[in-house]
Amino acid sequence: MAEKRVTFKKSTIAWLLVAPQLAITLVFFIWPASQALYQSLWQEDAFGLNRDFVWFDNFSRLFDDPSYQHSLIVTIIFSLSTAATAICFALLLACKADKLMRGSQTYKTLLIWPYAIAPAVAGALWWFMFNPTVGILAYIARGLGYDWNHFLNGDDALILVILASAWKQISYNFLFFLAGLQSIPKSLIEAAAIDGASSTKRFWTIIFPLLSPTTFFLLVVNCVYAFFDTFAVIHATTRGGPSQATQTLIYKVYKDGVEGNDWSSAGAQSVVLMIIVCLLTVIQFRFIERRVHY
Amino acid sequence: MFKNRLSRLLTMITSVMFLGAASAQAQIEIQFWHAMGGELGQKLTELSERFNTTQKEFKIVPVYKGTYTETMTAAIAAFRAKQQPHIVQVFEVGTATMMSAKGAVYPVYQLMADQKEPFNPNSYLSAVVGYYSDSKGNILSLPFNSSTPVMYYNKEAFRKAGLNPDQPPATWPELEAAAKKLQAAGYVCGFTTAWPSWVQLENLSAIHDQPIATKANGFDGLDTVLQLNGDLQVRHIGKLAEWQKTKIFDYGGRQSNSAPKFYSGECTMYMNSSAAYAAVRANAKFEFGVGMLPYWPDVTQNPKNSIIGGATLWVLNGHPKEHYRGVAKFFSYLSSPEIQTEWHQFSGYVPITNKAYEISLEQGFYGKNPGTDVSIKQLTRGTPSQNSKGLRLGSFAQIRDIIENEIEAILSGKKTAKQGLDDAVRQSNDLLRQFERTNR
Repeated sequence: MAEKRVTFKKSTIAWLLVAPQLAITLVFFIWPASQALYQSLWQEDAFGLNRDFVWFDNFSRLFDDPSYQHSLIVTIIFSLSTAATAICFALLLACKADKLMRGSQTYKTLLIWPYAIAPAVAGALWWFMFNPTVGILAYIARGLGYDWNHFLNGDDALILVILASAWKQISYNFLFFLAGLQSIPKSLIEAAAIDGASSTKRFWTIIFPLLSPTTFFLLVVNCVYAFFDTFAVIHATTRGGPSQATQTLIYKVYKDGVEGNDWSSAGAQSVVLMIIVCLLTVIQFRFIERRVHY
Repeated sequence: MFKNRLSRLLTMITSVMFLGAASAQAQIEIQFWHAMGGELGQKLTELSERFNTTQKEFKIVPVYKGTYTETMTAAIAAFRAKQQPHIVQVFEVGTATMMSAKGAVYPVYQLMADQKEPFNPNSYLSAVVGYYSDSKGNILSLPFNSSTPVMYYNKEAFRKAGLNPDQPPATWPELEAAAKKLQAAGYVCGFTTAWPSWVQLENLSAIHDQPIATKANGFDGLDTVLQLNGDLQVRHIGKLAEWQKTKIFDYGGRQSNSAPKFYSGECTMYMNSSAAYAAVRANAKFEFGVGMLPYWPDVTQNPKNSIIGGATLWVLNGHPKEHYRGVAKFFSYLSSPEIQTEWHQFSGYVPITNKAYEISLEQGFYGKNPGTDVSIKQLTRGTPSQNSKGLRLGSFAQIRDIIENEIEAILSGKKTAKQGLDDAVRQSNDLLRQFERTNR
């Protein structure tokens, strides 16, 4: 493909053009990230009156901490479940919406709604519906013989935050899947139908492979969402409890840094998170992308 | 917010305009960061505004900063950025952190002496003042809103179950028996609790004269070790786990998350702060009573005083000297008997000065509001011992979090009471050592 290239004679104007982006990166990423890195090598009291340079003591303290390992496991379970739930439901709904003839506009609009809801509100909503005393869903669960109690049962609490987080993300995924489905040439599907392929077979051999770029993109976006954007949902509902069952890595940074005023440990945790993000990105683009057909 | 900014801008413009002509006349603004939301926040603003009308020199600017944790964190962050308020309200859990911040905090006893404002520690309840004094008995922060846990109970339910509605169970075995009768009368659960660590461990230990930590619960030094895994504590939490199975006790979450269980009539007894009185009165659709926290009769026959929660006002360093005269004047105003009485009767916090209690007694406040004096009776019974004076542990916000994590693990059956409390003690001691290291 021929590309149109703009070249500048003087580099000043080029620098001016990228300056806003550079400034934003500097102020909102490089500067805070370097602060975290710097902080992670010191140990100090809350007010910053005494400080000691401790090399990597904060990191070794972190990796010896069983609750940190626990948080890592919780984060992995939480992220994968949230991404899987959100993607599966969105795909199902998108396939159904794609086939609709009448009223599809209303249906689509309604499905996109949850995306406009603030995460904290979404969390509070599910929290209320599942409230063991007054919640409608907890009432139904009890009717079915299950004693729902997310105040005490860690699994219940984890399911609650996964549902609340995934529910919000379904709309986003739905939009992408719908667009993906509509770009699949109808002739391919019709040809397969004429050859006698059942609708299940058509889905798995034609539609799903052709949707794989979309699915891959959504997997990345959903994992990043579950890792970093679900703080509000957790904060509005379980606050990491009961007994740390829903304490993700991000929430632990908040707990130790903001609530516990242990900035050194919070700094070290942020650095670890930064490394995890880099690794995730490399793995996803290096290894998984190769298997995706574009 | 906008209005606030606008008024600040206007003050700025006016102060600039009059700078040359009447610099001595300029009003000094005193920033007061607090964590009192809703009605309590409005009341605090009203009290501050009334102070502002009594004189022209200083203007108290109360700012609501969110929860206790958020307020304290905001003040610390502001201090690090050299933008600290003059006064900040800090909850009891943050006391050790504030005390260790020697260069940051202006001790209240010193402030009042420097400014020659009258300040008498003996006018305060000893249970309150002991919590916030240094080893020499000097008060470091101004006591303002203190509470202590009590037990609210559903009188209608007691009647239905054939129990005496005017006599709440005084001991844990009595409570267990009552809960079983209430369950037989059709109620789902016996009792629930708010603030699990504060009510079921910290206060439990104090009432039974058992240590929470070595070194007089941390009052005598930073090299303190948590002792919440003693026989009494293990037995009590083990009992809660056993009761959880049959719902004699039903866990409803941290802080005051368990409140709906009591309001809806599901649980018939509810242990929470005495400051929850207003909320209980507003939400309970039934007649309720207030009782003291139960005790184990085989451990003690003479339960000690319970310990307080709530907050005090800390003064932060780093402002011009003349500002602190305003702070001292405001503190004198806040601790006057009239204001203390008004605040106590409005909020449900305990009267922290003896005078405020006497005035409320004379006015017949407790007769009109039955149960509001249970907290003060419980706080003042017996002579406080080393174990019931309170606690002073660094990083206590995190330690409480660790303790409550373990309580939850025990109640859900993942750990035994012994295992859970041992784990809590071990993790907490790591934090205490860390705190000791950074606050030498």
